[in-house]
Amino acid sequence: MSSATGPDAFTGATPDNAIRDADRAGKSGGAMLAADGTPLKASLAKSLRAQKLRALALIAPLLIFIMVTFIAPIADMLFRSVENDIVSQTLPRTVVELDRWDGEGVPDEQTFRALGADLMVASELKNHTRLGSRLNYETTGVSSLFRQTGRDVDDLGEIYADQFIDLNEAWEEPSTWMSLMADPAWIENHEAWAAQEDEDETPEPRFRVSPTAQQALPRTARLFSQFATIIQTEDEDSPTEEEPWNIVYQALYEDLTGGYDAGAYGGDIQALLANAAEAAASFEQMNVRDFFVEEIDEDWADPQVWGTIEAFSSPYTAGYFLSAIDMQLTPQGIEAQPEDQQIYMLLFQRTMFMSMTIMISCILLGYPIAFLLSNLPLRTSNLLLILVLLPFWTSLLVRTSAWKVLLQQQGVINDILVWIGLVADGNRLELINNQTGTIIAMTHILLPFMILPLYSVMKTIPPHYVRAAKSLGATNWTAFWRVYFPQSIPGIGAGSILVFILSIGYYITPEIVGGTTGTFISNRIAYHISTSLNWGLAAALGSILLAFVLLLYYLYDRIVGIDNVSLG
Amino acid sequence: MLDTRSDQAFVSFDRVQKSYDGETLVVKDLNLSIGKGEFLTMLGPSGSGKTTCLMMLAGFETATHGEIRLDGREINNIPPHKRGIGMVFQNYALFPHMTVGENLSFPLEVRKIGKSERETKIKRALDMVQMGDFVGRRPAQLSGGQQQRIALARALVFEPELVLMDEPLGALDKQLRETLQFEITRLAHDLGITVVYVTHDQTEALTMSDRVAVFDDGRIQQLATPDALYETPQNSFVAQFIGENNTLRGTVKTLDKDRCVVTLDGTGEEIDALPVNVKKAGDKTLVSIRPERVEFDPQLGETSHTLDAEVLEFIYMGDVFRTRLRVAGRDDFIVKTRNRADQKRLSPGDKVKIGWLPQDCRALDH
Repeated sequence: MSSATGPDAFTGATPDNAIRDADRAGKSGGAMLAADGTPLKASLAKSLRAQKLRALALIAPLLIFIMVTFIAPIADMLFRSVENDIVSQTLPRTVVELDRWDGEGVPDEQTFRALGADLMVASELKNHTRLGSRLNYETTGVSSLFRQTGRDVDDLGEIYADQFIDLNEAWEEPSTWMSLMADPAWIENHEAWAAQEDEDETPEPRFRVSPTAQQALPRTARLFSQFATIIQTEDEDSPTEEEPWNIVYQALYEDLTGGYDAGAYGGDIQALLANAAEAAASFEQMNVRDFFVEEIDEDWADPQVWGTIEAFSSPYTAGYFLSAIDMQLTPQGIEAQPEDQQIYMLLFQRTMFMSMTIMISCILLGYPIAFLLSNLPLRTSNLLLILVLLPFWTSLLVRTSAWKVLLQQQGVINDILVWIGLVADGNRLELINNQTGTIIAMTHILLPFMILPLYSVMKTIPPHYVRAAKSLGATNWTAFWRVYFPQSIPGIGAGSILVFILSIGYYITPEIVGGTTGTFISNRIAYHISTSLNWGLAAALGSILLAFVLLLYYLYDRIVGIDNVSLG
Repeated sequence: MLDTRSDQAFVSFDRVQKSYDGETLVVKDLNLSIGKGEFLTMLGPSGSGKTTCLMMLAGFETATHGEIRLDGREINNIPPHKRGIGMVFQNYALFPHMTVGENLSFPLEVRKIGKSERETKIKRALDMVQMGDFVGRRPAQLSGGQQQRIALARALVFEPELVLMDEPLGALDKQLRETLQFEITRLAHDLGITVVYVTHDQTEALTMSDRVAVFDDGRIQQLATPDALYETPQNSFVAQFIGENNTLRGTVKTLDKDRCVVTLDGTGEEIDALPVNVKKAGDKTLVSIRPERVEFDPQLGETSHTLDAEVLEFIYMGDVFRTRLRVAGRDDFIVKTRNRADQKRLSPGDKVKIGWLPQDCRALDH
């Protein structure tokens, strides 16, 4: 017999068959054409475009709002987890010189000169302390080293400055430096600016270094250019009136002694330079490396410090992510953090474990309630549902604080337990400021998120399935377990995802009742955001958390199917 | 079918009452014996108590009073899963998260039947309903008719002696319903099982059953074989509920043992009738005549009365003609005549005489 009878049987033309026929015809005869001869697909797309545009226009305000206030900041925040241009921007010369360093011992004199120039600029810009704090995340002590160096770096090159000025008073004059360094075009602009009456109204033209100087005295030109810019922007003075930093004289000394091209300048300047170059050969020298190591701080001889600078010299780094999983980037490569500094894996594991525990507690407590609610008459169940929703009408902070009152050692629950004699007065239970406290309070707070999806799913399971199971010989338990329970799994899935994801990122409740053993990774993220200001690490921790949630979501979709999730 | 039935009651309801709210009785004093192998249908309008009776038998409702016995054993306090009664539901109630095979396996698994035996039984049951190729499908992939076949197979797979069916074909269309009606009766007969079948569709009840219990207002109005129910309804409810029926109101004028004369309310015309539910002359009565037992210009002998009628409507229905007449002041008198070559075709406005055999005209309660 055919498997289908009556209307199930195949009986000639049906709408479905007509569609199939049309489909076949369309395939065999090329593209289907609309009445006006255009391809059907094109005219369909055209007719749908207006609809799509309209839909887009309707969601546009919200979309823009979310993009601007939510997605863009989050993307920016997440980007900080790999961003690391502070080293290469603050110490550009040093980073280049460090390429030659083999990672062993102390870098050479040239590297220290580059460091000196970089730090001079950085200390004028007050960037060196920021860099110090950044590198201090990786190697403790770097922060104070940089602060100390920033104070002393002024003296670097003083010996050359004195010798140049002793040689010729002109080296003290800013005008000498202007004619040596400034771009002729800039000088014209500057004169025009100085000539106008209200020179306070318009700012001084931004200093431009001359190509000749860049060619002939590259180190001096670069440093002087930075000096002039900082004088203009930070100090709001004019480079035409300020004597350069000592280190500029050092750069000049380096340029003049290291293959200076004598033919670049003409006139007085050439004579001045030729004289200086001749004299410089016999100048008293200063060893910058020794100055750093002996005068400023002997830590500069520590390869660890240099290793850290080199390891974090690239503009992007995995360092934050490595820190977030208790690893570190060292000059020798990636290795585990010292045992006593490992904390994040523990926190991740604890967050997972506690979220699981909270989720399971919510299932165990919520399932019977949802079952009862879905089997009661509508009037009663609506009333009880209001009781389930009641906590939402109270502030989260108030609820959590209430748990503090209830759970503390001199609190209500311990008092009652002591009063009925279950617990000795001297042996009160520790229910708060530990994991127990966090689990109890968060289970209570997240319970509605489990009950509501469960209830809405159970509401749709018709009672006749259980009846059918019983009529087939199943006991109450078998009928529940084999027939009712499997049909309620989408509700459990939805509730579990909701509760788990909410709890994994929960902050306020663990903060208040968690003590030290009951805090989550989110509390640590908050600490790095607001207290330690290590935003990169906070971003890396957040990214890992986000990736983990997405992974769970993906797994859930693969195993249970996200379209099986029902929120009612 | 009658030969498979034993005289000893297999299922019996003894003075069973049921109330949900403690104020009104949904089932009032039900007494019913069902023989082994019998196909009994509970027929009645919704709210008549028939489904409640079925649920009490299945164990999903408890009787407020009285005793229900199955195979001589009182089952009032036996939970449903221990009664061993197969059940088919109107909405199929196939477990959506199990395949067809798993659905059928379920009653066998809870009875701790071994795997190989289970497979044999499942195959046999599916073959019985011609669904052998569908073991691996899920219920959602089946049409309504197919689902009901599976539901039937599932109710039969553990070989119960009693199967209850609660309007199993109610959700199906007419053609499918007729096919399945036939198959259910054939299966019930072949397997020798006792079936209690609930429906509000009287055609279904008449074509399938050995006996039909017509329910109304919490009582069995009549318990009889289909033909007896149709031919000899015991009261006006049954007469009107089963088949098409013409009723005329009147007063009993004279009453003999097997003959009475009734004066009709509208015109005062007199007719002969078979006294069924009238006690004495002067009683008000409802007289019931089947449309196909009425004849035009009757030649029925001298003792019969005839009535004057006016044709209001003549409907050609192929095998029969259906004529609506005004009789004794009422506009809803229907006559069905077979489409024969010599049958006169009437047209609205024609005046005709109608009559019937006195035994076809039953004087019932009013």
